[in-house]
Amino acid sequence: MNFSLARASLIAEADLVGIAGERAVCDPRGVLYFPDLRLLAVSDLHLEKGSSLARRGALIPPYDTGATLLRLQAVISDYQPSIMISLGDSFHDGGGAERMHASFRERLEALMSGRDWFWVAGNHDPEAPADLPGETVRELAIGSLLFRHEPSKERVEGEIAGHLHPCARIVQRGRSVRRRCFAGDGGRMIMPAFGAYTGSLNVLDRAYAGLFRLDTLMAYMLGADRIFAISRSMLRPG
Amino acid sequence: MFPGTPLIRLGAARRSTFSHRGRREERSPFVPIFLGVRAPSRYLWRVTEQPRLAEQNATVALPEPFIRWFGEKGWSPRAHQIELLAKAQAGQSVLLIAPTGAGKTLAGFLPSLTELANRPRRRPGQAHRGIHTLYISPLKALAVDIERNLGKPVEEIGLPVTIETRTGDTPSHKRQRQKLVPPDILLTTPEQLALLIAAPDARRFFEDLRYVVLDELHSLVTSKRGHLLALGLARLRSYVPGLQTIGLSATVAEPDELRRWLVGQNPPGTMAGLITVAGGAKPDISILDSEQHVPWSGHSARYAIPEIYEAIKRHRTTILFVNTRSQAELLFQELWRANEDSLPIALHHGSLDVGQRRRVEKAMGENALRAIVATSTLDLGIDWGDVDLVVHVGAPKGASRLAQRIGRANHRMDEPSKAILIPANRFEVLECRAALDANYLGAQDTPPLINGALDVLSQHVLGVACGAPFHPDHLFEEVRSAAPYAGLARETFDRVVDFVATGGYALKNYERYARIRKTIGGLWRVSHPRIAQQYRLNVGTIVEMPELNIRYVRQGRGMAGRGGPVLGKVEEYFAETLRPGDNFLFAGKVLRFEGIRENECVVSNGAGANIIVPSYAGGKFPLSTYLADQVRGMLADSNRWQALPEQVADWLRLQKEKSVLPKRGDLLVETFPRGNRHYMVAYPFEGRLAHQTLGMLLTRRLERANARPLGFVATDYSLAVWALDDMAALFRAKKPSLAALFDEDMLGDDLEAWLNDSWMLKRTFRTCAVIAGLIEKRFPGQEKSGRQVTVSADLIYDVLRSHEPDHILLQATRTDAAAGLLDVSRLAEMLSRVRGRIMHKHLEQISPLAVPIMLEIGKESVNGGANESLLMEAADLVEEAMGQR
Repeated sequence: MNFSLARASLIAEADLVGIAGERAVCDPRGVLYFPDLRLLAVSDLHLEKGSSLARRGALIPPYDTGATLLRLQAVISDYQPSIMISLGDSFHDGGGAERMHASFRERLEALMSGRDWFWVAGNHDPEAPADLPGETVRELAIGSLLFRHEPSKERVEGEIAGHLHPCARIVQRGRSVRRRCFAGDGGRMIMPAFGAYTGSLNVLDRAYAGLFRLDTLMAYMLGADRIFAISRSMLRPG
Repeated sequence: MFPGTPLIRLGAARRSTFSHRGRREERSPFVPIFLGVRAPSRYLWRVTEQPRLAEQNATVALPEPFIRWFGEKGWSPRAHQIELLAKAQAGQSVLLIAPTGAGKTLAGFLPSLTELANRPRRRPGQAHRGIHTLYISPLKALAVDIERNLGKPVEEIGLPVTIETRTGDTPSHKRQRQKLVPPDILLTTPEQLALLIAAPDARRFFEDLRYVVLDELHSLVTSKRGHLLALGLARLRSYVPGLQTIGLSATVAEPDELRRWLVGQNPPGTMAGLITVAGGAKPDISILDSEQHVPWSGHSARYAIPEIYEAIKRHRTTILFVNTRSQAELLFQELWRANEDSLPIALHHGSLDVGQRRRVEKAMGENALRAIVATSTLDLGIDWGDVDLVVHVGAPKGASRLAQRIGRANHRMDEPSKAILIPANRFEVLECRAALDANYLGAQDTPPLINGALDVLSQHVLGVACGAPFHPDHLFEEVRSAAPYAGLARETFDRVVDFVATGGYALKNYERYARIRKTIGGLWRVSHPRIAQQYRLNVGTIVEMPELNIRYVRQGRGMAGRGGPVLGKVEEYFAETLRPGDNFLFAGKVLRFEGIRENECVVSNGAGANIIVPSYAGGKFPLSTYLADQVRGMLADSNRWQALPEQVADWLRLQKEKSVLPKRGDLLVETFPRGNRHYMVAYPFEGRLAHQTLGMLLTRRLERANARPLGFVATDYSLAVWALDDMAALFRAKKPSLAALFDEDMLGDDLEAWLNDSWMLKRTFRTCAVIAGLIEKRFPGQEKSGRQVTVSADLIYDVLRSHEPDHILLQATRTDAAAGLLDVSRLAEMLSRVRGRIMHKHLEQISPLAVPIMLEIGKESVNGGANESLLMEAADLVEEAMGQR
């Protein structure tokens, strides 16, 4: 019962958003939790991005995998999901899982044990990660929800996707604030990228054209310890 | 079709001068001036009152053609030129300190030219000789200027000397040819030297090098460019041990620092010879004693416009110096409004399009302008026509800076320069007075040189490896011979090499991706030719803020408009706060913001009342320590108030009556209630940067003391903090006492904690990471905007800080931030100086001295947790509009 208590304290009714009839929590740390399904989704971990760039001569700090796993560990221990979905681009490239330091692999495996873990294939990692448990799938349908990496061109009710790394920008009192965000219109939700080295793309960019009903589009911007729900009319490009 | 950017505005009377522009000008009052060849400088070779050559030092060998040439012209070399030649011919390196117009450039080149004149001609079939003299200047334009000015006499004397420039603009076929057939004299920049050193044939290219002439040395040595150059020089000395350097500099506070800089520091403390030319006639400087009311605060000096305009009318050519680009835009706009006689007045600052700047410079050289509004981009020694008046708007911030700027007027040493200072507010009146006194006394307050930066060293180490494999022991000795790195520890050097090789992380994950590897013989060499290519693209220490080009389109076309001219650049963060339809001031013109398209900020003609002036990061000089002390001295001594304008003296008298004026070494802190808040105003006079840092730290402490501080604002002179609780009561109850609040220990944990989350540190980290080669430089068109780099630099910073806080790049970042952005050392000095000397005055109401800073409140916002509250506001607005979700 401890688990459910922990979860209950995390979820206030006001923080719940509806996606195709399912209730979900947009967590300010960038994960999506469905309390009724005990399902936690995370997108675009881009593990081993540091070593991927290092191979090409940019020796950026090799701590991104560690940092990402640490944050993942925190949300998993808070929500204790029975189903975990990593929504694609879990590794920055096909060789990422192989390159991963043994200590990180152990930590990842510890997080995976005791729950159903799905690797959704992404464009960076179309194949199953080498030597790791969990099931690799193209897409995954649960109830009225459909989890896939790239959002489909046509409108699909209940689609949860990643890939685009959405962020949003507002200007208030002459100052600009840009944050990663969840982007949703009540029917579809695009998740922010979770990885420590992932950049982001404004939800008003061309790449999102046709994905959302513009009248109900909201950006759920990630704050330090809460989500800020901002309607489309207040968002700025760039 | 030219859209009429009024960079230079010409009245009807002048328009005929530019009739080659055709029909366009009949419809537009704005006439562009196009670039041509600048007339040779007047001051390079000039008649002087010096003794004739025959009376000069007999040990100097001035070849016959020179003597004949001087004779033909009826000229004679100056004493310091001959003295420098004598020292150089005796094998010495030399620092020449001379004011503008003293013929420094000729002096610098005389040793090279005389030696080249005596050199036997190259026989056909003999191998080409390498570079004989390398000339390095901070500005490309200066190198080009010198090429022209040196070419003429070389031709007239009939010297067999080739002179060429090599800058970022030099076409690649010319660069390749220069490698095969080097000129005798190569004029270039510090970045180009770094590139030449990183080439595999560097040693051969430089093996005949005799002299390195360093122009405007005082401005080169204070930056990271100076560090890179110092390392480059050390490299050159290792190729050619007998290499001589000749430094040309304006007057500086510590000549010995520059003398050490010029020569190898083995043994430490070795110095180049010194020749100092005394200043010419005393400048004639006055402070505008305005009939108008001098404002309490602000920087526009709008009150003085009619008087400035009258001064312009009374003189042939006027340079108006301001401290920031925003001020330049405002002043230009105001002057244009007052310009009833349609005088040709131009604007010049670093954000304007290069072509436009060149046109202004050309017009200036041809004496086609009556006035030019300029920022520090004009500080350096390019020749500027017949300027007979310098107007300095706003306080000069430093006595040396003022002296250099005033030197722009009248390039003739023996005639007095004329200058008027225009204080923009009352504190600036005090500052101008102090600067004026200092200039008469000849005081110098150029900043002391700082230790060589580690990010620059990293770049250099990789560059050296790109040129040839190196042994770490040898390179360490070489690096330590460069003055900025004379104190470098071996351990730090080894960490830098480790950083260059594999990133220098505690987690040894990248061995297989190493950029340089140690070979069996103990030499480090580049692991892959690709590394050298990458290095060449990223060389240099100037990292620009992400900027957008301003693209002008016809009005009414909105974002659909295309193809207009580029007017210049604005910083991206400014453009991002604009809304389509907003009007802002740029290049002296009101522009309407249409939107951002890729790396361009699209604008059209604007109008309207609410005009925004872009703010630019940097460019604000803090008040120099020396001048701050002078201002404090003036406040404390009522006898000196007689020299001040009556209204300002009255203001100080009133302060003395209502509150108190601090003694020279004391710190005055006033407290008073106002509205439903409590205010604390301190007057340290230590400059805006140090005050901002102090404000940030004081509010943290007051928060802990439950005083519930709400914000603070800092100027060059004072600092105001406001809170919900009565701070005076807290001080009286010693919870904490004022002395405890201002205790130096705030520079420990508080500083560390605040610094780590500060956006300033992230920005500094980005610069360090680019210079050190961790992140690649951006190039135009390569990416949509600077965002990708900015974000990833921020992300890298966050990850590195939490996982390896002692990483060498973070150390370099903290050092930079402490010196540049935060002025920590100055704050530390101040806190230690005022210990036991803080004077608290509690008042029932605001004091006269506090008025200026109280007027600043609300103009500047304070960073902090504020971003979250902005989001909160936006989210609340949504909820309000949409009802409860």
